[in-house]
Amino acid sequence: MGIAETVAQVKSGAVKADFLFEQKLALIASRYTEIHAFNHVMADEARAAAVAVDEAVARGDDPGPLAGVTVALKDNMCTRGVPTTCSSKILEGWRPPYDGTVVSTLKTSGAIAIGKTNLDEFAMGSSTENSAFGPTRNPLDTNRVPGGSSGGSAASVAAGFSDVALGSDTGGSIRQPAALCGVVGVKPTYGYVSRYGLVAFASSLDQIGPFTTSVADAALMLDVIGGHDPLDSTSIPQAHPSLVDVLGQGVEGLRIGRITDLPEGADPDVQERLEVAFDALRAQGATIVDVQVPAFTFGLTAYYLIAPAEASSNLARYDGVRYGLRVEAADTNAMYGATREAGFGDEVKRRIMLGTYALSAGYYDAYYGKALKVRRLIHDDFDRAYQQADVLLTPTSPSVAFEIGSKGDNPLAMYLCDTYTIPTNLAGHPGMSVPYGTGAHGLPVGVQVLAGTLQEPTMFRVAASLERSLA
Amino acid sequence: MSAHDGLPGDWILVVGLEVHVELATNTKLFSASPNRCGDEPNTNIDPVTLGLPGALPVLNEHAVELAMRIGLSLNCTVQACTFHRKNYFYPDMPKAYQISQYDQPLCVEGYLALPGGKHVGIERAHMEEDAGKSTHVGGSGGRVHGATHSLIDLNRAGVPLVEIVSKPDIRSAEEARQYVSELRAILVAIGASDAKMEEGSMRVDANVSVHKPGTPYGTRCEIKNVNSVRSVGRAIEYEARRQVEMIEAGEKVRQETRHWDENDGRTHTLRTKEDADDYRYFLEPDLVPVAPSHEWIQRVHAALPPLPAQRREHLAVMTGQSADSEAVMSVVERGQDHYVLAVGHLGGDTARALVYVKEAFADQGPDPAVPAIDIAGLTNLEVEGKVTATQAKAILADIIANGGGDAAAIAAAKGFEALDTGALESVVDQVIAEQADAWAKFCAGDGKAMGAIVGAVMKATQGKADGKLVTALLNQKKASRP
Repeated sequence: MGIAETVAQVKSGAVKADFLFEQKLALIASRYTEIHAFNHVMADEARAAAVAVDEAVARGDDPGPLAGVTVALKDNMCTRGVPTTCSSKILEGWRPPYDGTVVSTLKTSGAIAIGKTNLDEFAMGSSTENSAFGPTRNPLDTNRVPGGSSGGSAASVAAGFSDVALGSDTGGSIRQPAALCGVVGVKPTYGYVSRYGLVAFASSLDQIGPFTTSVADAALMLDVIGGHDPLDSTSIPQAHPSLVDVLGQGVEGLRIGRITDLPEGADPDVQERLEVAFDALRAQGATIVDVQVPAFTFGLTAYYLIAPAEASSNLARYDGVRYGLRVEAADTNAMYGATREAGFGDEVKRRIMLGTYALSAGYYDAYYGKALKVRRLIHDDFDRAYQQADVLLTPTSPSVAFEIGSKGDNPLAMYLCDTYTIPTNLAGHPGMSVPYGTGAHGLPVGVQVLAGTLQEPTMFRVAASLERSLA
Repeated sequence: MSAHDGLPGDWILVVGLEVHVELATNTKLFSASPNRCGDEPNTNIDPVTLGLPGALPVLNEHAVELAMRIGLSLNCTVQACTFHRKNYFYPDMPKAYQISQYDQPLCVEGYLALPGGKHVGIERAHMEEDAGKSTHVGGSGGRVHGATHSLIDLNRAGVPLVEIVSKPDIRSAEEARQYVSELRAILVAIGASDAKMEEGSMRVDANVSVHKPGTPYGTRCEIKNVNSVRSVGRAIEYEARRQVEMIEAGEKVRQETRHWDENDGRTHTLRTKEDADDYRYFLEPDLVPVAPSHEWIQRVHAALPPLPAQRREHLAVMTGQSADSEAVMSVVERGQDHYVLAVGHLGGDTARALVYVKEAFADQGPDPAVPAIDIAGLTNLEVEGKVTATQAKAILADIIANGGGDAAAIAAAKGFEALDTGALESVVDQVIAEQADAWAKFCAGDGKAMGAIVGAVMKATQGKADGKLVTALLNQKKASRP
């Protein structure tokens, strides 16, 4: 049952939001520690919200476009009065005094925010093993990772703990876990969804998007959470056309781009599913065109300068003074040091150091400055490609879900998980992962659909067509 | 004072000033919290001010407009601009970076004309946010060194500032003082800031160096903590002498930031170049570039009020004074020039009004609480010789104390009437007869003796005599002595 149907049933009074919520809560409880999708379950708040929806329906009021839809929130989105940790010890115990814009939008839309999901600390990672509170397991194979950094949100949707979830995608953190968990994950155009209340990792790259079990659900979620927010200066001012309305338009006449100089490294099973996807779209009337995006291959290195640089600035505020963890010490300077030492994990420390170095006097031009130039090149190369093709199709992840601990000692191997997703963030473009059958070990494979700025309608037409081709 | 400002030999002083001013907006630069001084600490705050995780800045359009006013008043070009993050860690900066403008400031390349006519170049005027206020407790003199704890008030954090950076065109402490006074007058006139140095809404840092003619500029030191126009001059004079003495003693001036100590009248090392912070500037990703439209710039420019220099010129013409006379300068600085002109429009004498306002309205704001028509009446009474200057002063005090009043009626009530020349002459003759000694001394050229005679005349007339007239009579009698 899609969420549109859920909303219709709740609005008609055929099903109680409270009943649907209690079902989800029971399911979460049954696999709580096994999957560890959640850092915090908002049972009381969610129950109150569900009851409020049912009361609104009983009164004859409009409970909102997401009435009764259960949503899991990545634990880097500020929720008023509810712990928001970023899966970091440094924020342990912090309860934000405000709701982020997406959170308040969901509330007024009748959605039921059910809990805060696990992530790689501060969204830095690709497996959700990097959480201070322990890894999340892939519901399809609990020896394997769900991907990351939004692994908890992906797992929540894959396991049916929530109808949908929100994640954030800085270099692939929605699309890659969506692929590894067999669900739909969308990173919209930068500025499509407000970042107000999203704890920043790399501000120029971070973007919120949905995890869903269908393309239609993702379209509805974006129709609700997308739009201009005066509290986010980088949010796009113009109104977005409805994505729900374009889903049935098909791909007839669309040009689907195949990137001929895509970095190698995708496993054969993944590559095979991509070929099937091309064939399916061709069969539905699309044209497949070869394009080149030469700078694509430099995305990873540019990203690992730009994202840590911004992170080093964004994370400097965590000092133990005003909120979160404080480790007492002899004097204030020692307290800062002890708090950060105990509060940040290794990967976070690594990126703070990398980023600080990249921005430092004498190194800026060689590192951060050059990365910005590469970013520009990537943007320009994509623009050229989008003159020849309406969308581009790539693998989302080079492989299916890998085993927990298998990349533990090798940060670079982990970074390579995001080879195909990162350039999109650098360009500010939308991208989404659509589950497209299975590969090795019967695990899901995701196909990534990429499009130019604000070309979500076209991207969703292609995604919906891919989905239909599997039915 | 020489152009070298009292420096020995042919040393040349070179000064550039960096002036921070708090903008008179209702709210902060990037959030809706009030921009208000003097409130309970940590009450004008919100997630953005506190730098809470997830909070994002939104630029205050009114602040941009005030910054544009400043730039346009300083003859700058207003251009498309961006914001950068200036990263530094300090407890009163909760985000651990200040949002400022770096290589693309809002206003560039202008000048400020000193009252004497000299142009001091303006390199840039850019927007940035203020930090919070730290109060260090337990140490000496409020410094952090030795303090047992520090109190942080974030009410000021995020208050909009404009930093106005001059070119190193200033060549004397006096010019620096004039620059600061004139800048202050402009800022107040255009409503951009209340620009009170004592309260910190205007803060001046001075870059000071010395060199010899025909040689490159010397190594400069930046002087901080200069909290009044007077200390701007004192600090620069001290620092210039210090640098000259060092160089003449064979030492080298180190590039450093120095702290002006008002009490001992010296500057002290605050930090050297070696331990200067690396601010790791980068483009603020949470904001978008600001490109004021041509129409917007034109609108702001057209709405600028007359600037102090123009107003001084106008007032000077209307009162017959020079534009850089003390009376004209101070009345315009207080914003009371329109009042003097209003007295003229009501048929009063502007020259006398200028004197009254300069002398007696120092406590009043730009809109004195006295009807201009009453002042007009008083000027006419004095100009027509119906009361003396001394009597006029007493009437003025009365008018001010009562918030108005008819000058003629007050004069009558006080029994003021200027003696006519005939009556006065007979009193003068009488006094000369009584004070023969003093008269003889006066005639012999002892100026001091005049005072005694004038005083006696005043006493005899109960202050109704016009002092100038008495002096004229005495001189006339001395000259026509047999």
